[in-house]
Amino acid sequence: MKLYNPPSPLETKVISKRFGVENSWRLDTYLATGGFEAFKKVMEWTPDQIIDEVKASSLRGRGGAGFPTGLKWSFVPKNVEGPKYIVVNADESEPGTCKDRLLIEHDPYQMIEGILIAAKAVGATKGWVYIRGEYRYLIDHFDSVLKEAYQRGYLGKNIAGTGFDFDLYSQTGAGAYECGEESALLESLEGKRGVPRIRPPFPAVSGAFQAPTVLNNVETFSTVPEIIRGGGKWYADLGTPKNGGTRMVCLAGHVNKPGVYEVPLGMNMMYFINEIGGGMWKGKKMKATIPGGSSCPILRADECDIPMDYDSMAKAGTMLGSGGMMVMDEDTDMVKIALRIMRFYKHESCGWCIPCREGTTWLQKMLARIVDGNGAMRDVDMVGELAKSMLGRTFCPLGDAAAMPTISIVEKFRPEFEAYVARNPFASSELVQVG
Amino acid sequence: MANMVKLTINDTAVEAPAGTLLIDAAKLAGIEIPAFCYYEGMSLQAACRMCLVEIEKAPKLMAACVVPVGEGMVVRTESPAVVKARKTTLEFLLTNHPLDCPVCDKGGECELQDMVFKYGAGESRFTEVKQHVPEKQWSPVVFYDGPRCILCYRCVRVCNEGMGVGALGIVNRGVAAEIAPSHGDHLECDECGSCIDICPVGALTSGAYRYKTRPWEMEHVGTVCTHCSNGCKTTLGVRNNEIVRGNNRDRSGLNGEFLCVKGRYAFDFNHHPERLQAPLMRINGKLEEVSWARALQAVVEKFKAGGKAGVVGSTRISNEEAFLLQKFARTALKTNNIDHHRSGDVVTLLDSLSGKTATLGNVDDCYNSKAVLIVGADISQQQPFLANQIRANYRHHKAGIYVATSGAVREDKIAKGSVRTTDSEWLAGVESMREKLKGESELLVLFGDSVKGEGVRKLVAFGESLGIPVKYICLVDYANSRGAMDMGLLPDLGPGYHPAEGAAGMTLPQMMAATDLDLLWIVGANPLARHTLASSNAFVVVQDLFLTETAQRADVVLPAASAYEKNGTVTNVTGQVQRLKRGVETVGAKTDLAIIGLIARGMGVNLGKVDADVVFAEIQKTVRGYNVPLPVIVTGGAAQTMPVNGRVASTVLPELIQSSRDTLFTTGTLTRYSKILNEVMEAPGGLYR
Amino acid sequence: MTFSPELEARFADLLTHYPPGRQRGALIPMLMYAQDEVGAVTPDLMEELAKRLGISVLQVDEVVGYYSMLHKKPQGKYHIQICTNVACMLRGGAELYEHACKKLGVGHKQTQASGKFSLEEVECIGACSWAPAIQVNYDFHHEVTVSQLDQVLEGLQ
Ligand SMILES: Cc1cc2nc3c(=O)[nH]c(=O)nc-3n(C[C@H](O)[C@H](O)[C@H](O)COP(=O)(O)O)c2cc1C
Ligand code: SF4
Ligand code: FES
Repeated sequence: MKLYNPPSPLETKVISKRFGVENSWRLDTYLATGGFEAFKKVMEWTPDQIIDEVKASSLRGRGGAGFPTGLKWSFVPKNVEGPKYIVVNADESEPGTCKDRLLIEHDPYQMIEGILIAAKAVGATKGWVYIRGEYRYLIDHFDSVLKEAYQRGYLGKNIAGTGFDFDLYSQTGAGAYECGEESALLESLEGKRGVPRIRPPFPAVSGAFQAPTVLNNVETFSTVPEIIRGGGKWYADLGTPKNGGTRMVCLAGHVNKPGVYEVPLGMNMMYFINEIGGGMWKGKKMKATIPGGSSCPILRADECDIPMDYDSMAKAGTMLGSGGMMVMDEDTDMVKIALRIMRFYKHESCGWCIPCREGTTWLQKMLARIVDGNGAMRDVDMVGELAKSMLGRTFCPLGDAAAMPTISIVEKFRPEFEAYVARNPFASSELVQVG
Repeated sequence: MANMVKLTINDTAVEAPAGTLLIDAAKLAGIEIPAFCYYEGMSLQAACRMCLVEIEKAPKLMAACVVPVGEGMVVRTESPAVVKARKTTLEFLLTNHPLDCPVCDKGGECELQDMVFKYGAGESRFTEVKQHVPEKQWSPVVFYDGPRCILCYRCVRVCNEGMGVGALGIVNRGVAAEIAPSHGDHLECDECGSCIDICPVGALTSGAYRYKTRPWEMEHVGTVCTHCSNGCKTTLGVRNNEIVRGNNRDRSGLNGEFLCVKGRYAFDFNHHPERLQAPLMRINGKLEEVSWARALQAVVEKFKAGGKAGVVGSTRISNEEAFLLQKFARTALKTNNIDHHRSGDVVTLLDSLSGKTATLGNVDDCYNSKAVLIVGADISQQQPFLANQIRANYRHHKAGIYVATSGAVREDKIAKGSVRTTDSEWLAGVESMREKLKGESELLVLFGDSVKGEGVRKLVAFGESLGIPVKYICLVDYANSRGAMDMGLLPDLGPGYHPAEGAAGMTLPQMMAATDLDLLWIVGANPLARHTLASSNAFVVVQDLFLTETAQRADVVLPAASAYEKNGTVTNVTGQVQRLKRGVETVGAKTDLAIIGLIARGMGVNLGKVDADVVFAEIQKTVRGYNVPLPVIVTGGAAQTMPVNGRVASTVLPELIQSSRDTLFTTGTLTRYSKILNEVMEAPGGLYR
Repeated sequence: MTFSPELEARFADLLTHYPPGRQRGALIPMLMYAQDEVGAVTPDLMEELAKRLGISVLQVDEVVGYYSMLHKKPQGKYHIQICTNVACMLRGGAELYEHACKKLGVGHKQTQASGKFSLEEVECIGACSWAPAIQVNYDFHHEVTVSQLDQVLEGLQ
């Protein structure tokens, strides 16, 4: 498997360390490089020991919301009858994000081992890796890995002679961003429309096929073996307090060396962009950055000199999200960015609830009108206002995801919107009043 | 008693059982939280976001339709933030809504319109192009206008959860999402119209009603559906002496808002062009229109002349009419030759329950009994409302459902036990489920016409042997099948199942077969559809709405009023008495009660005052079990009659009992005159079994 | 409706993945894999899968309409998908798309009369760090320039 971008010497390679190793995805390579040591280790442990170790690592979910992983696992009820499941979120459809495919491509066994450890921790017996449909090559690849794992006794009955049983399958999506949202994903896994579920109950209590389920991102599971091997504290210390370890960051946009890099949490964002990302493309000046996927509020260039960890990002009014960082240079048209983002959310709104379904549609139409030169001044206010009307009122966070970047773009780059409107010969204030 | 939770809503202290949803708790306290998608008794959606409320300490507004009450919760349902959210949600909704209220059927009774009025979101800032999709017709009675749809999913749920049909779904995604029918471009379903009724806006409209009137131009008359025996209350929308709509939106009847295709649409027989509007008399071998005076004169003369008389009553006339008819026959015509078409062996059931702990079941039991056994009846076709109750029981209480029927039935899908039997071997089928049934804590048994005579006794013995409380419902066919029996339209039993004085008279088939019958008086029945009349010399008097097979043989035909044109009472399959209320009139027709009274007057027979209320008072006094509270009935409620307690001596032969085994789209003669029912049956598809 | 033995084998395996009685879980994978073989989600296919999974055709239809990769009409032999979402847009995705429109003579979700190419402007396909990206059927091409796009298109027979 070839690498899509060369690694950087400034990375801290914990979960991507096998990337680029010959046959990195084969079981033998994995076993030769410490694979399944962690799994064998936890076979001697109690479930609580595993969960405590993960808690000690202060690992937070890598899918977007950043929920503490150990805590999530501890919500799975202990003494209940019936099966429990593991579901891996490999839907990877947050714009800007392209790391999970690499983890499955280059080091699938690492994820499998993480899944097995989680299974041991909560008593699960079966799992699915839900991979977005567009990644068919990856599904085929992963299916061949699963085949090898079964043949070699690393899945199925009595895994690696430990007496532990677990079945794992791939499940294809079919083109729907909303199926990355955990409860919509579960609906999709059950063969239904990808519409989110009412919560509570959360998946830990009632998830796949209404059984208690641990659902995490690919990267989250991939991190677990290293946490067990190196110890939770070791992993935590790689990052900053409460923001343990490293993250895969997908750098894209106007930088010289876009690519997926593994860096410790808390690394300075400008340092990351300049040193690992090779600085701005074509020597231009930076205008803004979307730090963690298109759902995150945008940062102006002058706001980017901050540590990349969950808490610092929150302080700056944005999120590390799914690690999809998109850097924009001085020539970027922010109104078009706002429109493109809204177009995406309108396309992906599942349609279940009113504010999201109608709000994204309205905003998309209005932004398109502004870009087409038919905007009026009141439209600029309304874009922000309507987005705020969606915020926190939709059924699932997709509505927020559409609203947050929009609100921030209008707030931070308002003159650009006004410039568009000013180009509209009919947008005199009088006519605007008539509306 | 459930745990009570104390909370505060809008500064009012509220107490509600743990688990109550906030929206319901507020309602109990008289505080209305607006909602489109929330609908009592159906699955939760939390999709419309109208019910968002402020809960102290919650990070954002919460949907009151899914949040259960919590101890000490402080809730605000009309705070500025909440009102603003609601207003914008409405504004969002209206972006794609056509705002064609002036021509929309729903205008005036539209929940969206009301909501916009209340929150003043009428002025839209939306200036973009609306998404337009043309209206579609899904069946003769169901039209769908996509742009008006607000996607509250009520229709999908009522069809799936309520009716158990699942003929509606949601296709496409996002703003393009819309409701779709089961078969691509058309519906194959019960055509019950519940989806139309439950639609808060004018997205789903009724082929029968659309563009006929404005809601405020109608008069609303609550009466009882005249079709099957379930006795659903139906509210007739009447305009210019024409019924234009049937529904039950005020949920006031025993059926809540349930109605099947017949209750909702099949009122149209009432103004069928073939309705009889003048008496007919056979003159020179041909039926010719004559005046009421002349027709009545002829009848009175023949009645006075005497001879061997037979009287056939109806399963659709009111209790008062049936009572008066048998009284007239027994006192004035001095005969016990009186009968009606019987569709269930209520008589034997009453007798076999004598001295047992088991009792009669009713409509509520269908919804509440922990377990239900259905023997020999396709209730989703023949007893639509009882079937609906049982489905709701399963959905809400997880009741154990058991069926022993000759063919596949809708209940199979939700049944704990389901066996196929023949009409004669149902007992073996029931026996095969004995162990499972014994495991239930109580049981309600519904049985059809294959269980009769000795069979009823065997079924009751089976029930007794289970060692659990058992109730029974003997299924019958039509709106007043039960009342006809209770009122004594029987050759051997008088009102209240008291043995009739004197020797038992002739049964209906015996009357038909008798070659020496001189006089045959048929009130609201059509026996000649099934029998031939042996006595060619009999003078036949028929009271009916239409020129049926029987009326064509008559010597005098008297045009009768329909159930929608009269006052009185009827008794449903489970013995509940409800009031019929006159909604319209057909010129020239008279109620059977009036006709009987006129004939009596002509004959100089004193039947007392011929008035529905007076006759009902007599029924209350003299008919066993009918001493029911009048206020319940007068206010449009259903009063449960008390079961006859004690032996009922009947000489009835089981062969006489035969259900017509109707479908959802048929109910005997009336069906033929309902244009809509016939159209619906002709709709494409094969679901109409 | 009949499928190839390989697809049947895949279906048979898929159906073992789900808890007892929950085989409907296989619906979306079955639709995706069958669509590849049949060329589109035809009414026959929907009916067949409904039958096999014990659900109504309407329930299948609800699902088909929801997912953007399931299509009821056949696409071209080569389905060209060009991402114009933010990351790709920043690196020239929109220009690529415009170029493809002109070159192929078709627009969004259109197919050439010959049936060879169809085109679709797609949302993020998860190749943002190697933008702009396109997909030809299931194959990814990263960091595509206009001239590379020409090469790719010309190389397809
Ligand atoms: C609209 C939406 C889309 C999402 N898409 C993804 C996704 O593609 N991949 C992912 O891992 N998580 C996604 N998430 C987050 C998941 O809901 C969930 O929080 C996550 O998978 C949990 O795993 P983690 O705790 O390991 O992060 C999405 C959330 C929302 C609201
Ligand atoms: S048709 Fe009516 S009831 Fe059904 S979802 Fe649309 S608005 Fe709601
Ligand atoms: S009623 Fe609560 S969201 Fe619709």
